[in-house]
Amino acid sequence: MKRTIPLIIASVTGFVLVGTFFIPYTRDWGDEVLEWFNILAAIAFILGGGNLMKLSLQKISYKRPGWGYAAVTIIAFIATLVIGLGKFGVAPVKEYPTYSLAGPYDEQGSGFWWIFEYVYYPLAATMFSLLAFFIASAAFRAFRAKNVEATILLSTAFIVLLGRTYAGVFLTSWLPDDNVLRLDNMTEWIMNNMNTAGMRAITIGIALGIMSTSLKVLLGVDRSYIGTDDG
Amino acid sequence: MQGSIRIRMMMLMAAFVVVCGWSAISNAAPPAPPSGITVKDAPNDAGTGLIVEWQLSPDDRKDADPRVVVRYEIDRLARPLKPENETPIKESKFAKVGEVNFQLAKYLDQNANRQHEYLYRVRAVSVDGESSTAVESTVAVQPELQYFDMRRAWYLVLLVVVGGAVVYFIQVVKSGKDLKIRKIAGLEAVEEAVGRATEMGRSCLFIPGILDINDIQTVAGITVMSRVAGLVAEYNASLEIPTCRSLVMTTSRETVAAAYLSAGRPDAYREDDIYYLTDEQFGYVAAVTGNMVRKKPAACFYMGAFFAESLLLAETGNAIGAIQVAGTAMPSQLPFFVAACDYTLIGEEFFAASAYLSHEPHQLGSLKGQDIGKFIGGILIIAGCLLATVVAVMTDPPSGLESLVTFIRENILGEKGFMP
Repeated sequence: MKRTIPLIIASVTGFVLVGTFFIPYTRDWGDEVLEWFNILAAIAFILGGGNLMKLSLQKISYKRPGWGYAAVTIIAFIATLVIGLGKFGVAPVKEYPTYSLAGPYDEQGSGFWWIFEYVYYPLAATMFSLLAFFIASAAFRAFRAKNVEATILLSTAFIVLLGRTYAGVFLTSWLPDDNVLRLDNMTEWIMNNMNTAGMRAITIGIALGIMSTSLKVLLGVDRSYIGTDDG
Repeated sequence: MQGSIRIRMMMLMAAFVVVCGWSAISNAAPPAPPSGITVKDAPNDAGTGLIVEWQLSPDDRKDADPRVVVRYEIDRLARPLKPENETPIKESKFAKVGEVNFQLAKYLDQNANRQHEYLYRVRAVSVDGESSTAVESTVAVQPELQYFDMRRAWYLVLLVVVGGAVVYFIQVVKSGKDLKIRKIAGLEAVEEAVGRATEMGRSCLFIPGILDINDIQTVAGITVMSRVAGLVAEYNASLEIPTCRSLVMTTSRETVAAAYLSAGRPDAYREDDIYYLTDEQFGYVAAVTGNMVRKKPAACFYMGAFFAESLLLAETGNAIGAIQVAGTAMPSQLPFFVAACDYTLIGEEFFAASAYLSHEPHQLGSLKGQDIGKFIGGILIIAGCLLATVVAVMTDPPSGLESLVTFIRENILGEKGFMP
């Protein structure tokens, strides 16, 4: 029963929403359901935040490896929550000049905005910029010419990389504009024909996979996502 | 004296210029009006659209320079439909509902209501803002509700054929028929990876993507998670699942608990091993990669929707020497996983993973149904390419063949088909 009711809800909702795609009158129902989902997700966020606090406190309490990071997490969590909810540094809006908390919590110059702008953004940008180094190391491994396939991959990548840089274009700029041996033309041809064909093949497979998985879930053939009937 | 006359003359001339200019502006002739206005119901909608069409004003010439007509303004008069046995209806006034640029003779009014009927009028407006006389529709039109969006008919055809094939093969397998399923190396490696982690006495790490539970990839990832958790329970290894969404955390807990129960080891299940970190993409990556470096899991599974974090996670896993299996339906992330992971499930393989790992015959039947979809897709692609090539190469192709290619292009593939 614990599994059957969610399964029925998922199945009925799923089939109804598939139907709305074809019926103009019901086309907005999907958006409505998405709003319900957002409300549910917002409530579940409290569950997630609570869990994060609980596990971090346990880590500190038992001095488990990495407990220092847990302490930083808790301090950052509480500080952001208090500054955001307390609307520190928020200026009153014109309509309510006597109410200092009337302005939006994330307006420019507020404490929350400051944390986001000067703490979160730089940290996120730092993580993102690591990608450049990781791409280099992954490319170094992937492009080693170990066999015929890897050599073809390496050559293709070399052409595309060169064709997308100024230096690459400059190298073959002495050839006529429409010459197929120009690096930029070769790059364009590879991207438009070989790459697009491959991507489309993958996309068709993905679309069929999504259809099949959705059907399995809606028909209750695959119930692993809600456990088994044993529970 | 002469100076004073000169000044007066100049003032007179200035006045003359101003008056002439003013009269030129005020006497700017309005453009010729458009003609032949027709109003019809917009197809494939919920009774909210009407299409207004007219013939361009004679002054709205394509090559006109300077341009006389710059736009057309559309006014609407809404009349509530008279219910039976009620006093005469109240008529509203014409009010502007929209405008279109020159050389356009069509306007779609999407704010109509089935409880009203409408009259429209169109005016051409010149560069000086002068409006022509209006051309007015004579018959009031009521928008109609369509029960089925015909533009999506081809979607329905494909859905019924492929969906029907999936259901059919599930039933065939349920009746006891065996199916041959090819081996997928990435999925064969799942057991090997869990076994290796057990031997090394280290944990397994499972990342179900960074999207919420309403994304099909997350659902597919969680179904794979169920199988991995079953293996982990069987091998008495440990499994850690950091999540990026609260709902994914709660769903994962239910799934893993059920998998441990099915494996007969409910006592080994630890709820705290499945935990929420943050919704923020790079905050999540920082926490997960930090954990990976500290705890050094022996096997990492990445199954779900990934974005820029895919390579950050997979390269860190590679650096700590973990055996890595990834699966995603994000085409742009596949090259990163292929470069950094030991095994990658590409697109449909990822969606097939749950059925493949379950070894349940009726689930494997769904894979056969997918193959039918691929077969139909392949036939359509080959037939379409051949037809289009034949029509392009022939100097005088048969009109039937040409119509067929046009039909495929415009109805199956075009605006009325898969690309509305």
